[in-house]
Amino acid sequence: MAVPRPRRSNNEIDAPSSPVLRFGADKPLKLDAGTLLSPFQIAYQTYGTLNDARSNAILVCHALTGDQHVASTNPVTGKPGWWEALIGPGRIIDTNRFFVICSNVIGGCLGSTGPASTNPATGKPYGLDLPIITIRDMVRAQLMLVDHFGIEKLFCVLGGSMGGMQVLEWASTYTERVFSALPIATGARHSSQNIAFHEVGRQAVMADPDWHGGKYFEHGKRPEKGLAVARMAAHITYLSEAALHRKFGRNLQDREALTFGFDADFQIESYLRHQGMTFVDRFDANSYLYMTRSMDYFDLAADHGGRLADAFAGTKTRFCLVSFTSDWLFPTEESRSIVHALNAAGASVSFVEIDTDRGHDAFLLEEPELFAAINGFIGSAARARGLSA
Amino acid sequence: MSVNRAQRVDLEVVAGLIPSRSRVLDVGSGDGLLLELLQETKQVDGRGLELSQRGVNECVARGLSVIQGDADTDLEFYPDKGFDFVVLSQTLQATRNPKLVLDELLRIGNRAIVSFPNFGHWRVRLSLFVKGRMPVTKDLPYSWYDTPNIHFCTIRDFVNLCEELGATVERATALDANGQKIGLSMPWWFWNFFGQQAVFLLKR
Repeated sequence: MAVPRPRRSNNEIDAPSSPVLRFGADKPLKLDAGTLLSPFQIAYQTYGTLNDARSNAILVCHALTGDQHVASTNPVTGKPGWWEALIGPGRIIDTNRFFVICSNVIGGCLGSTGPASTNPATGKPYGLDLPIITIRDMVRAQLMLVDHFGIEKLFCVLGGSMGGMQVLEWASTYTERVFSALPIATGARHSSQNIAFHEVGRQAVMADPDWHGGKYFEHGKRPEKGLAVARMAAHITYLSEAALHRKFGRNLQDREALTFGFDADFQIESYLRHQGMTFVDRFDANSYLYMTRSMDYFDLAADHGGRLADAFAGTKTRFCLVSFTSDWLFPTEESRSIVHALNAAGASVSFVEIDTDRGHDAFLLEEPELFAAINGFIGSAARARGLSA
Repeated sequence: MSVNRAQRVDLEVVAGLIPSRSRVLDVGSGDGLLLELLQETKQVDGRGLELSQRGVNECVARGLSVIQGDADTDLEFYPDKGFDFVVLSQTLQATRNPKLVLDELLRIGNRAIVSFPNFGHWRVRLSLFVKGRMPVTKDLPYSWYDTPNIHFCTIRDFVNLCEELGATVERATALDANGQKIGLSMPWWFWNFFGQQAVFLLKR
């Protein structure tokens, strides 16, 4: 049995600064691709204390380009944790009360085994030799982490977007291990339009000559231009037309008039370029390919004979779904179809649609109504679970 | 919908029909008043369906299990006999297809509880008869052109609909203008005339 070995290093990929759980040849990860991943490792963060009954654990699932640093300073960017407004001492998810776990997904690039990790068979980064990773594979790995902590039943699993897909997978496949589930701004499948946007991003990465068929590390390069373009395109889908207009309009960037050239005349161009550039500093291009693919492949109904309700048959898990009016990546209808399936399965379900113009990214922002819904849901679930306030 | 004393009494009558620890679906759960009452006093496993998103968000923030949805279109997603009780409180008259909704309630719940304002109440009759105007009362505060209440019925009408749908009336209560229960010994015409609200417990 592997043991977590917290280590400090500048290499957040193979030897991250957060705790790592390593699984040897005796504990391979079964992948949907039909192969075994072994050895492999999971990098994670925890906050708060697991109670004696091990009943106060909350698993947070991160989104496409997120990581395990949900409520503490990110070692790569130096920025606060991506959900620090929600999670921490005295926050809505109070780490004085709950034991919060967040792990980097398999296929990621912040310490869990992914395409940038060293392949022990070759001593070089996996690159595209890593099998395709699915949402279910990520959850299977998280289950091994949860087992490591001896947690029989998670009090809550929550996450947005790709994290929400993991929440749904957890609640479907391991419903008896999940007391409550909070999937936010997500869907039970990736739509054709969403796959299309992801394909644009992947093609941008692969069209960059520095990509080198995925072996860029061996060439001492990184496909930064391609990855930046991928991020720029994706970033538009995280916002809404109304929010873009409100924030940028047709405002010019540090200039009085159009330059009649292809510089970033408009603020929105400058903003997107900045988003692209900062992204490549913190994210691995191949990992981006794998992450996007995992979402494309997700189709919970298809895994259950085409009937989504069957994915939740007999579930005792309490659900709360949240969507945002201006989210066109995962529109409310996606959440509503999950709610209907849960109704058909006789599940306990709450569903909140929040009126905002901040688009898909609203789940990462301080949205008072989102926080109020999470607070109400977690509070009543905690009472039902017998957790003291 | 404004909550006045008589309406609170109707909630208490509804709650009085529901045994502890039942599985309850409240269709048109509004601000969650009934669900909260049932959870506190009867420890029910309660769920709500509510049209207004604001109402839903407030309910969820208070820890109630409520989803946004329309009684006219979203009941079909619930399985047969998934609940011990399905409650439709002061909502029937606002549905587009009351007959279909009632049919769905009887399918989803082992029992259905329906409360509604009685359009046969003497004040309503008087308003039409004397003033020749659509009634605007404390319980029915809307003008005809902006009312969400598009399908009013009288107690008598409702009893007929139940018969048509093959539903058995297990209990019925009428409340007068003061929120007092009208004596069981009174005949239907008396209920229909003096009952301002009615609460029915149905089974099929």
